[in-house]
Amino acid sequence: MDASLPPLFADWFTARGWAPRAHQLEMLKAARDGESVLLIAPTGGGKTLAGFLPGLIDLIERPRSGLHTLYVSPLKALATDIARNLMEPVTEMALPIRIETRTGDTPANRRARQKAAPPHLLLTTPESLAVLIASPDAGAFFGSLSAIVMDEVHALAGTKRGDQLALCVARLASLAPDLRRVGLSATVAHPEAIRAFTGAQRIVMADGGAAPALSIMLPSGRLSWGGHMGLEAAPEVMERIRAAQMTIVFVNTRAQAELMFQALWRLNDPMLPIGLHHGSLEIEQRRKVEAAMAAGKLRAVVATSSLDLGIDWGGIDQVIQVGAPKGTSRLLQRVGRANHRMDEASRAILVPANRFEVLECEAAIQGIAAHELDGDPPGPGGLDVLAQHLLGLACAAPFHPDDVFAEVRTAAPYASLTREDFDDVLRFVENGGYALEAYDQWRKLFRDSQGLMHVRSARIAQRHRMNIGTIVEAPMLKVRLTGRRGGFGVVLGELEEYFAGLLRPGDTFMFSGRLLRFTRVHEMSVECTEGGDGEPMVPSYEGGRLPLTTNLADRVRDLLRAPESWHAFPEPVQEWLTLQRGVSRLPGRNDLLVETFPRGDRWYLVAYCFEGRNAHQTLGMLLTRRMERAGYKPLGFVATDYVIGIWSLNPPRDVAHLFDQDILGDDLEEWMAESSMLKRTFRNVAVIAGLIDRHYPGMEKSRRQVTVNSDLIYDVLRKHQPDHILLRATRADAASGMIDLRRTAAMLARVKGRIVHMVLSRVSPLAVPILLEIGRESIRAGDTEDALLAEAEAIIAEATGQREPPRPRRRRPIQPSLFDA
Amino acid sequence: MNAAPIHMAGERLMLDPMGALWWPETKLLAVSDLHLEKGSSQARRGNLLPPWDTQATLDRLTLLLRRWKPTTVVTLGDSFHDPEAASRLPPAELARLKTMTDAHRFIWVLGNHDPHPPNGIGGAFVEALATHPLMFRHQADPRASAGEIVGHHHPKASVPARGEQVSRPCFVTDTRRLMMPAFGAYTGGLDVRDPAIARLFPRGGRVFLLGRERLFSFTLGQLMGRP
Repeated sequence: MDASLPPLFADWFTARGWAPRAHQLEMLKAARDGESVLLIAPTGGGKTLAGFLPGLIDLIERPRSGLHTLYVSPLKALATDIARNLMEPVTEMALPIRIETRTGDTPANRRARQKAAPPHLLLTTPESLAVLIASPDAGAFFGSLSAIVMDEVHALAGTKRGDQLALCVARLASLAPDLRRVGLSATVAHPEAIRAFTGAQRIVMADGGAAPALSIMLPSGRLSWGGHMGLEAAPEVMERIRAAQMTIVFVNTRAQAELMFQALWRLNDPMLPIGLHHGSLEIEQRRKVEAAMAAGKLRAVVATSSLDLGIDWGGIDQVIQVGAPKGTSRLLQRVGRANHRMDEASRAILVPANRFEVLECEAAIQGIAAHELDGDPPGPGGLDVLAQHLLGLACAAPFHPDDVFAEVRTAAPYASLTREDFDDVLRFVENGGYALEAYDQWRKLFRDSQGLMHVRSARIAQRHRMNIGTIVEAPMLKVRLTGRRGGFGVVLGELEEYFAGLLRPGDTFMFSGRLLRFTRVHEMSVECTEGGDGEPMVPSYEGGRLPLTTNLADRVRDLLRAPESWHAFPEPVQEWLTLQRGVSRLPGRNDLLVETFPRGDRWYLVAYCFEGRNAHQTLGMLLTRRMERAGYKPLGFVATDYVIGIWSLNPPRDVAHLFDQDILGDDLEEWMAESSMLKRTFRNVAVIAGLIDRHYPGMEKSRRQVTVNSDLIYDVLRKHQPDHILLRATRADAASGMIDLRRTAAMLARVKGRIVHMVLSRVSPLAVPILLEIGRESIRAGDTEDALLAEAEAIIAEATGQREPPRPRRRRPIQPSLFDA
Repeated sequence: MNAAPIHMAGERLMLDPMGALWWPETKLLAVSDLHLEKGSSQARRGNLLPPWDTQATLDRLTLLLRRWKPTTVVTLGDSFHDPEAASRLPPAELARLKTMTDAHRFIWVLGNHDPHPPNGIGGAFVEALATHPLMFRHQADPRASAGEIVGHHHPKASVPARGEQVSRPCFVTDTRRLMMPAFGAYTGGLDVRDPAIARLFPRGGRVFLLGRERLFSFTLGQLMGRP
């Protein structure tokens, strides 16, 4: 069909000096053919306009009332920003089209008005969409819907929010049979999987844009053996900031952001406006920084992944990544922040913080040059999300399980859902799904004579709407800066409850770019005063650390085994690798190098697995258990993105046996059941599935008193019904998430029969970085909460000589010598 | 299993890692805040928690009775989660409870969740129990003399270890007063740093966190974040 712009729109393009891009016209054609499509375009490719243009044109060609296009974005801010941007063409062409947003921030009266008189275009989030779907008037509201535009689908597919969105879209397709689905995505490793997720018939690919110009920058001093902060390079980073218009300095953790921000300000003699942006800062503060960027008032921003996604600020002409990039896709996304115009090359500088990171940066540059992207295809949808969705459907209208099962299976994440699992989830929603039929009188759903499922009471429906959503936040405390004499103070942002628990009165820590002195925790706030100058006493929090991706790990391994490529590295790195080849050997592509050597009065085992921190932690737990049984007396281990290091009293001998695949059998089951990580996962699953109510700000007062303890529920359920649907969902989440079983299993299979054990007389050059991590990151062998408590108790007893202490001024980092003995 | 000895009002008392108190001199075992049938109480309101909480709590109580063979068992209030809880006890659990109350002298101290004696439960129901020199009651009396044993607040404490917080139910004591952890299967807790607990121990004190085989002891001052 016709793929040309109507005159009104063509004139508008011309007036702006623009020409429609090929993919924008292709999207228009798809719309006219009634096709569902996925648009894959790099950042700055005019994706959003391509997504909306067909809807605007359709509404002008065939004007009608009622909801026409629904837009769903992962970020509230993005929905608001895009609504604002869309107003431009709509106002300039004087189109009679109403555009509104609906998010958690939308006031109740406006929500009610939207229900009564729907706008043509509604911009929203997956959570707000789920609330709409769960309301009794969903059928009327969405009946007229012509298209749903899903923005940044690559960021949603494979997450619980994505599962929720897919289920909602499946329902929308039942309510509005002619619904067209449009997905907008950045370039991804698995376009076919993203197409399936969107429910699109085909993919429209935009031109790739100019290849980014990437380079590595090293600090002028010596190259660090360990550490991840990269602060040594601050002077060089500062130089680059001075030479550019506007720079984003990306780092990997919030702690690193705070420290780098400080380091830059210490060097900031010309007093350049440099800002800070990370997920713990108060939202208004972040908005202020974003507004200053948009207005071109800043010269640089130090940011974490909080700036990875989202709004286009223009004006940025340089990106500096300090620390390892961890993955090519993420690096590409960050690099794309510079020069948000796709026909010009983005400039980016990578600053490795240590020797291994030099390899990783080089690998990332090669990966991007080879157009290699990473990320796993999205896995099967969560059963907890399905439980939430089923109750939502019942709240909207009675349903027949057969119909809903068929509908749910049209959502890609649930395409292979079995009827058995579906029925178990439904039974869980209905009456808890327990083997003991105790709750017949309190069931949430009941079946009528025709087999339709109804929600039992209006109160259950109302409570459900309060609990919709799949983001379960870790408990956060506000950070309040009070004056010397106290008072209410200024809120600077939020930080995790656990971090607040690490602080003692008088301790200083970095937050929001300043040094704060901790006073106390009071009513869900951390109260602080200005901390003056100096180094923070408490190392900051680790939020936002991602493991190294498989692709990048493969490339690092390739670099290591190819000495002819080493000339690209700085000299210290070349020497380091050459030395390693001399005294031990280099890790190969498909084998597993394991070194053992004595040092001091103990033995070390270092395995060069390159499977990322999460998989290494899992493997470290399992290996130490097995070494314990073999009588090697392991004492502790440390896991980085590259290697696992274990130390023991006795020399580890049968190394091949240690890495046998059967390690993922009983040992794993036993460890998983006890692990506090699994309990945290269960809590999230229980909240999403609706077993436990979610907490809202302001509810803390009631929470202060007795709440339900999800750990205890987990214990009881595991004892009495280990195959309960929520425990199954918990294990599935854990396996794909924190413990990264898939990667662990794949590695063990790959290296079977190919374990190269080097018995050395002393530490090898490649093992030095991991030895430096010991003490900072190590985990005690057989790590259980009881062991941690015993250690904490012993350390305090030792430090205080068993007396009531004058309260220690600061928490000392735990030294290996204390817990190794 | 290692119980921790403490001294209070001249008496030697043992703290059991399961969260119970053993008074050897009088062969008295005390537990607090059983909250029996909390699961079904929540279920009535639409939270369909696993229905085995009473069973789990009585399982653990059975272990304690075997371990210490007490003459007297004192529960420190909130034994039943709500006024109708006793009537919702599953028949098997009711029978098990009867066996226990027949074999031991049960003294149920009443709490705010169970202010009236329920029907059909063996043993004596009292507002408080004075057994010189100790006083057992549900909620602490700020003006009480030394030797008060209380429950009610479900104390728990968090200890930082390796950048993580390990949080456990705990005993709190300053040798004048002992606050017991909640024994019930689904009972949440209140941090000992909360003013509601902290003001009962104005001169500081010691906490004993429950562990699998033993207790872990810290002074209140050692717990982080306390002003």
